[in-house]
Formats: sequence, structure tokens, C-alpha cells
Amino acid sequence: MLKLTDVDTHYGPLPVLKSVSLEVRVGEIVCLLGGNASGKSTTMKTILGVVRPTAGRVEFEGDRIDGLATEVIARRGISLVPEARRIFARMTVWENLSMGAFTRQKAPAGEVAQDFERVWTLFPRLKERQHQLGGTLSGGEQQMLAIGRALMARPRLLLMDEPSMGLAPVLVDQVFDIIRAINGQGTTILVVEQNAPVALSIATRGYVLQNGRIVIHDTARILLATDYVRRAYLGED
Amino acid sequence: MADVLAILPQQLVFGLALGTVYGLVALGYTMVYGILFMINFAHGEIFMIGAYVGWWVLALLLQAQAGALHPAWVLPLMLLPAMLFTGALGVGLERFAYRPLYLRGATRLGPLISAIGASIFLQNAVMLTQGARMKVYMTSLLFPRDWRIQIAGASVSALVIVMVAVAGLMMWGLHLLVQRTTLGRSIRAVAEDREMAAIMGVNVRRVIALTFFMGSALGGAGGVLVGLYYTQIDFFMGYSAGLKAFTAAVLGGIGNIRGAMLGGLILGLVESLAVTFMNPAYKDVVAFVLLILVLVIRPTGLLGESVAARAKV
Amino acid sequence: MAQPGFPRWAAVLGLVALVAPLAAPNDYWIGVMARICLYATLALGLNIVVGFAGLLDLGYVAFFGIGSYLYTFLASAHFGLHLPFLVTLPIVILLTAGSGILIGAPTLRLAGDYLAIVTLGFGEITYLLLINLDRPVNITGGPSGIVGIDPPAVAGFALSTNTHYYYLFLAALGLTLLASARLRHSRIGWAWQAIREDELAARAMGINTTVAKLQAFAIGASFAGIGGSFLASWQRSVFPENFLFTESINILAMVIVGGMGNLLGVVAGAALLVSLPEVFRDLQRYRLLAFGLMLMVLMVFRPQGLLSFERKESSDD
Repeated sequence: MLKLTDVDTHYGPLPVLKSVSLEVRVGEIVCLLGGNASGKSTTMKTILGVVRPTAGRVEFEGDRIDGLATEVIARRGISLVPEARRIFARMTVWENLSMGAFTRQKAPAGEVAQDFERVWTLFPRLKERQHQLGGTLSGGEQQMLAIGRALMARPRLLLMDEPSMGLAPVLVDQVFDIIRAINGQGTTILVVEQNAPVALSIATRGYVLQNGRIVIHDTARILLATDYVRRAYLGED
Repeated sequence: MADVLAILPQQLVFGLALGTVYGLVALGYTMVYGILFMINFAHGEIFMIGAYVGWWVLALLLQAQAGALHPAWVLPLMLLPAMLFTGALGVGLERFAYRPLYLRGATRLGPLISAIGASIFLQNAVMLTQGARMKVYMTSLLFPRDWRIQIAGASVSALVIVMVAVAGLMMWGLHLLVQRTTLGRSIRAVAEDREMAAIMGVNVRRVIALTFFMGSALGGAGGVLVGLYYTQIDFFMGYSAGLKAFTAAVLGGIGNIRGAMLGGLILGLVESLAVTFMNPAYKDVVAFVLLILVLVIRPTGLLGESVAARAKV
Repeated sequence: MAQPGFPRWAAVLGLVALVAPLAAPNDYWIGVMARICLYATLALGLNIVVGFAGLLDLGYVAFFGIGSYLYTFLASAHFGLHLPFLVTLPIVILLTAGSGILIGAPTLRLAGDYLAIVTLGFGEITYLLLINLDRPVNITGGPSGIVGIDPPAVAGFALSTNTHYYYLFLAALGLTLLASARLRHSRIGWAWQAIREDELAARAMGINTTVAKLQAFAIGASFAGIGGSFLASWQRSVFPENFLFTESINILAMVIVGGMGNLLGVVAGAALLVSLPEVFRDLQRYRLLAFGLMLMVLMVFRPQGLLSFERKESSDD
């Protein structure tokens, strides 16, 4: 479904991604692990066309998408739950969600309403607060809003950038349950995480990114058992 | 003192009329600042060019059919071309003088200097093509002087009522558009987080261009109204009017649409009071002092949020 | 430039400037050259505020006007004071520097375009005061300005010809150029540069940004005090129309064309913008049109300046 081949990305003269290749197949949850400044977020931005790769190719459902404008890529069915819950703080919860459905203005009338219901079912708290400004929500609620907003696009591929960051452990489990549920409803997911144990527990496969290079990739089960991953990300000696 | 009090109601009516137009022109500054964080210094010239287009239309209509003009159809005929022309001009400016800069991620001084260049360019382009001498709006043929009513000791002309109504309607329309429509939501989304808006599928460049179109069109409409009101226009009128409208925008809280309307009204009233109680020669000083005071003491304006926080974006 | 000095060819250029009046076709062109030196001095002053400290001052002409009128007050028949040139000039420089601090102080907390607008406002207010302060007491002479200003006289020798003024202005330009070069590599200069790059970081480094900014305003204004005195004594008259907003932009354009912060570039920018309209006199009508277009084109295609000889180190983006 999504395929990166030998992608290089630079910020100015600075190389951030070096020959990154990865693949996400239909129906999978793929997890991209890496520490700070390993290039995880840049990978997301490269896929979405926010930054342009300097070499290599990005393909989505068989078509090259590197070089396309971000909004064009979004319209093809990729959506993002951004890092640090970048919701629109000065817009209401309802408006945030309706921005999520921006690409679907030509969808049949009932469809978007249905999606609102789906988000309300997943996150009843958001329904209660639908007229509140996004900026007034708690951290956990903002994360839910960010997820809900991405779902409103009915993405075929959902990118998630550190969905567990800054959340209390209870909420982390809840968020990952939801990710699994979303995947169960047919959305393919690429999730970037530092919290490897939780991420790998729901993922089909995983990649480890270090200094802008993919150093390991394998099934989640094998990664969980790999010495290197255990040491680097599971905090074991 | 009794004299002053006698003319006060009249001055307040002037202030109200002027204030709504300041508010209308201020919207252009505030919308562009809200979305690009730049002062579109050329907005005053866009306002001036709106006044010229309105003058042309009126002159053509008068030529075709001297006398017997009814404002109910002439005014829309003046406003529409003026708004379309200035709107298109705003989009052109954005495309050629500002977009290359914001795409490069230039800091805030580059776009401002480019905008000052655009302002000087437009001013002189109008002077060279239209002449340096002022043009006279035949307002009295459209709104006869005896169309007026008395309210609380002030004589209010039909023109003033129409001005306030037109400006008020446009502001209300803009408010609805920004608050209630998908386009309005995408404008606010781009203003808040350009990158996330694009990820939502919003065509950011088009939204910015549309914002310029709307802001400039409202400025052009303001030009027509001011032309009708003052009856004299020249190529230089945009400079001080622009600065005042900018003051109004800052006063209300730049980036805030309701703030622009409020700021316009306050500035109009303060100016008319200043003329009543002070040496009229210092009328413009009042506006500038107000501008400096607001920026220095409360840069967020009356309704604004912290500009310092937004400036980091 | 590691050392506060200029490349050798700059010295050659200086020598050429010294003998230039000999090559001028007529007195008119010597006048043009004098004006180049005058404006280069002003542009160097603005360059300290905009180029060195990164504070976009759109009301620089206010200091030029204040300098001119102060000189006029002290050395003309207007108030009957006829102080000698060498007494008047230092007083004017000091007072203009003081006005720089006065106008700079309220803007200290403002950044970027807000600072620009406030300085513009001060420029406008200054102009409005110049044009209106003939009543109730005649201070500025109002719209008709003040005439009958004393020419500079040193040790009994009164300057009269354009050539005299040219050498006076050239000497001042040389001094301001040297002062600028020294300042740039002084402690203040580094503080300015730090503020220009990142004000918060500068403060974190222990730089007193308040003092440094006020110093920039004061020194920049003092150059305008010199320029203002020269203009008044050379024209033998001052008018408010000399100090319109377009003049601020004109001087700013010299700084931008030359490349902000680049000293010789700024001087070359002044030379270009003063002499071009003289060369294309027939196209005088189109001067401002071309000028506006130039500002836009420069910002879009070459924000580091047309005449930037150095590496792009000080443009604003």
C-alpha cells in the first residue's frame, strides 16, 4: 500500500533520512521505532509531502506521491494524527472534526454525519464538549480529538506520530486499544513510537530507525525478542 | 463650550460614518495579518484604487444618462466592479510580491518591505495614469443633499445611513462566512497551523489567495464609500487612510475580525471628538498617538490575543 | 573582514573620491556628488539600526528632520542665534542622539513589523509637528519652513561653493564609515548582531538588550543629526517637505540595495540611488514607480541586496 524506496531527506544541507526503505501492506499495523531525532517525524512529513525527499521514491497504492502537494496526498486517503496533538486550538471540537472531513465535501450527505457518530461512539467525551474550543480540552481529550479528526477523513492509511506521548499510562492503553479497533475496522496504520513495548504489542511488523537509517525490520514478535530492541527500547540490560 | 456641545451630535455622526469605513478597510489588514503575519502595507493603495474604479463607473453612468440616477442600482454598480478589481489586484500582489517570500520562509521584514514597494508602485502607477489632480465624485447627483433626517440634534444624510448599512452588511457577511462556512473554517485553520491545514487537505495557497481577495475587495468597497462621502479622491489618499485603518485593526486586536470593526468605530469616534475639541490640524496626530499607545501598552489590542505568542509561528 | 578595516581597493576608492571634483563636468555634478556623501552618511546611520541591530526603523527621517531644525534654531536668523558651526554641530549631534533614545525607548519591547509601524508613526508625528508648530508660537515656521540659515564657517573661512560642501560631506562620510566599521567589531557590535539573530538568546547570553538597542537608536540618530545639519546649512533653508515618509523609504532603500549591514554596499547604494535619477532625468516622472518596483523585485529575488560584496551574512532571512 505504502512503499518508500531509498528515500533521502535533507533539512537544508543537513541529511535527516538516509536511504530509508519501508513498506506498509494493506490491513497492517506497522510500527516505526526510534529515539529522539532519529528521523521518525521526518519520515511522516516526507510521506505527507510536507518536506520533499531529495532522492528515492514514495509510492502509495502503486502511484508515486513524492513531489505532490500535501493537500493532494491527503485527498488520496492518507491522514495523520500529529505529534504533540496539534489540534486547532481556536476552533471548536466540532469544527476540528469537520476540518478532518475537509476532503470529503462531495461525499453523500449522510456519510459525514455517520462519521461524526462513529467518533462520538469512540469518544463520548468529545460529544459532550463539541462546542468547546479545542484549546480548552485536557491533554488526553486533545489526543482523542486529534485521532477523531484524522478518522473523519476516512483514511485508507492512517499515520500516527507518537500517540502515547505525554499521556498517563491508563490513557496510553486506551489509545492503543482504539488504534487496534480502528485497524479492525479496515484502516491500515503506520505508527511512530518511542514506547516500543506497547506499540509492538499491537503491531504486525516493525522498523527501527536510528540516525536516519533503518537498522532493523522484522515482525513485531521477533522484534520484541531481539536483544538489540530489548536493550534500546524496552529498558532491559 | 456651548458651541462645541451643539456640534457634538453632528460630529458623532461623522465619527460613526468614518468609523464603519475604517473598520471595513481594517478587515483587509487583519485578515492578511491573521493568516500570513504580515502587514500588507499596500492595502491603503488598494482602497484608493477602489475609490478610482467607483469614480470611473459613476462618471460613465453620468455620461450615459445625466440626471435620473437612483442609488439603489447605481451604488451596487459602483461597488461590484471596484470590489472585483481590487480583489483581483490583491490576489496579484499576493502571487507576485508576497508568495515567493512566504514560500521561502522569509522573516517578517522582507514581506513588509516588499509591501511598501508595492504601495509606492501602485500610488505612482495611479498618479501617472490618472493624473496627480484630484477627481470629484458627483455624490450630490446620486444622494441629493436634502435627503436627510434629524436624529437627536444631528442631521443624518441618506448617504451616511447607506454607508453604515453597506459597511455593516459586508462585515456581517464576512463574519458569517468566516464562522459558519467550510471556507471560513479553512481560513481559520490555515491561520492557526498552515501545515496541519494542508494535511487536512486544504489547498493553503488558494486559501491565502482567497483571503487576499476578500480583504482587498472589502478595502475597495471602503474606497468607493469614502469617495462618495468626501467627494474628492486622489492617488495619495490611501496612505493616511491605510495607516488609520491599520491603527483600527491594531486597536481591536490584529487578526481578530470583530476587533477590526470595533477598532474602526472607536478610531472614527475619537477622531471626530478630537476635531471637535482640539486644533483640527492635529487630527492625524491623534490617530498616530493612539496607534503607538496601543502597540506599546497593549499590543494585543482590545479583543486580541497575545500577539507575542502568535508571532512565534 | 577580520580586522576593522577595509580592503586596499577601498583606500584607492577614497583617493578617487578626493580628486573626483576635478573630473566633474560642471558644478552641478559636484553638487550631486556632495548629495551622495550626505545620503551615504544618513544611510550608514540607518544601517546601524536596521543592518546591525536588525530593528526596522521606518521613521528614520524624523531624526534627519530633528537634526536639520535643531541646526536651524541654533544657527539662523529665526531665533537670532548664530552659534559657530563647530559649536552647533556637536550640540545637534548630542540632541539628535537624545531624540533617538526618546523615540527608541517606547519601542524596546516591540519586535519586527510592530516596531516598524511605531517608528513610522513617530516619523509622521514629527512631520505633522514640523508643519503645524508655527502656531500659537512660531517655532518651526510651519509649511513655509525657515530660510536664512548660516553657512558653516571654520576659523573665518565660510563654505560657499559645492566643492567646499563636497569635501565637508566627504570628510563626514569617511568618519562615519570608520566609526561604523569600528562599532561593528566592538562589544556593542557583537551585541547588536546577537540581538538581530535572536533577541531571546542574546538576553540569555547576558546581553543587556535594552541598552544595546538604545545605543543603536542613539548612534543611528546622531548620524542623522550630522546629515540634518549639513542639509540645513547647504540648502540655507529647511522645509517640512524635506522629511516625508518617502524620504525614510528612500534611505532605507539605499541600505537594502547595498545589502543590510554591508558598509561599502550601503555607500554604493546611496551613490546609486542618488545618481540614477540624475542620469535618467527625462524619466523623472517614473522615478518612484521604478523605485517601488525595485523594492519588490529585490525582496523577491535578492533579499541580501544588489551590491552585497560579502557573503550573505546579514540579510534578514
